[in-house]
Amino acid sequence: MLKLSDYVARIEETCGKEKSAIVTFKYSKKTEIINKILERAQLKRSIAGIIYELSFKGKSFRLYSSGKAIFKDVKKKEILSNILKELLL
Amino acid sequence: MSLNTSDIRADFPIFRRKINNNPLIYFDNAATTQKPRQVIESIKNFYENHNANVHRAIHTLSQEATELHENARGKIAQFINSKSSEEIIFSRGTTEAINLIAYSWGLKNLKKNDEILISEMEHHSNIVPWELISKRKECIVNYARVNNDGTLNFEDFKNKISKKTKIVSISHVSNVVGIVNEIKKIGKIAHENNSLILVDGAQSVPHMKVDVRDLDIDFLAFSGHKMLGPTGIGALYCKKEHYENMDPFQGGGEMIKEVNFNMKTQKSECVWNEPPWKFEAGTPNICGSIGLMEAVKYLNQIGMDKVWNHEKKLTKYTFDRLQECKKITIHGSLDVSLKCGIIPFSFQGLSSHDVALFADNFGIMIRSGYHCAQPLHQVFNLKSSARVSFYIYNTLEEIDRFVEVLREIEHF
Repeated sequence: MLKLSDYVARIEETCGKEKSAIVTFKYSKKTEIINKILERAQLKRSIAGIIYELSFKGKSFRLYSSGKAIFKDVKKKEILSNILKELLL
Repeated sequence: MSLNTSDIRADFPIFRRKINNNPLIYFDNAATTQKPRQVIESIKNFYENHNANVHRAIHTLSQEATELHENARGKIAQFINSKSSEEIIFSRGTTEAINLIAYSWGLKNLKKNDEILISEMEHHSNIVPWELISKRKECIVNYARVNNDGTLNFEDFKNKISKKTKIVSISHVSNVVGIVNEIKKIGKIAHENNSLILVDGAQSVPHMKVDVRDLDIDFLAFSGHKMLGPTGIGALYCKKEHYENMDPFQGGGEMIKEVNFNMKTQKSECVWNEPPWKFEAGTPNICGSIGLMEAVKYLNQIGMDKVWNHEKKLTKYTFDRLQECKKITIHGSLDVSLKCGIIPFSFQGLSSHDVALFADNFGIMIRSGYHCAQPLHQVFNLKSSARVSFYIYNTLEEIDRFVEVLREIEHF
């Protein structure tokens, strides 16, 4: 059975007043991950397949084609983990 | 004569790399610099041919290692025009060097209600050690204000210095706005008030000629990894006359001359080693000092004037090109004569992290966040900033590419 750790390499809190979380996905599964997220989340806008601004269950985030995503105002790691589980598993 | 960046880049193996299928553009040099093969080879050569612990052993390998390590000290002393290698204490980096003075000098010399003067533009590493020491010694840390353009408010500095000020600790170059402080002038005022001056040289020593005798400063802290050297090695210049007013920073190993154990009283009496070794507990970072020596040789070969001029050229060019990006605000002064190659900016409608992630997509490494200088961001009322910072291997073409990428993001 797949786990979040199969897709996520690292989650880091950003430095700065706005507390965001940067999710770095496993590079080898980058394409699969991006496709899954684009299928499940609602696309608001994008630039030529480089940045996707998305929304999922009321949470806005940006996904980058390099296999990273930025989630803004994430207060708890568990909330982010649950969102990622729903998006990926 | 300008730098031959093609020749320089050929010395840096990392530039063979591609990031996200793009050639690597490294604009995060204020955080750390890339390493030329000469530095990498020197570390490899040490471990393959000379590895042993330094000092106090008479075998060949130890003597070779000691000679290399102490030669490195000498080379670093020359690089900043210190009178002798005895004025160079090896540290893990700038942070540890500042902490060393805060503890070794501060604990011994600071008294209740004494004042320490820093500035609002300092890196956390030049704030926190003083805040910690001030709590223990019941001293006061004062912050000289910064003007809107990121320069030091000199009037405020002069107002805040007094005979109560025992030490001024200030960055030579701000790691956020890249402003170069007038250290000679600041040091003169400090000394007129019988205060010492410590200079955080993390962003100056790698980029310009720093002459401790000409500047007439008491302490200078800097890091090896920001000047092509390895991580985990740095140096503290300490004017020799201050050694007698400094206690050891940490205990054990290299800093000990004798530990006389009294069998009757069951107590030990310690005799410290001579400075600078008195301040270097444990086995030193030998391969680090050797790598740093090689980095210094590399920079000397280029010439620090050329390094400085190259960065000025890149900074001016970036300012000019960024004018094309309507959504960008550059923070701090746009006067290149006041600055080195560090440019902080914000992008309208996007967080600094978004800009950094977007650039990363194109193989461009820039920094986002507070850059370990939260107070300055609060003064500027910024949630965070994006920052590009240059070094000897960066080119005008890379700046063109960076601006092209920023223009892309403007469409978002």
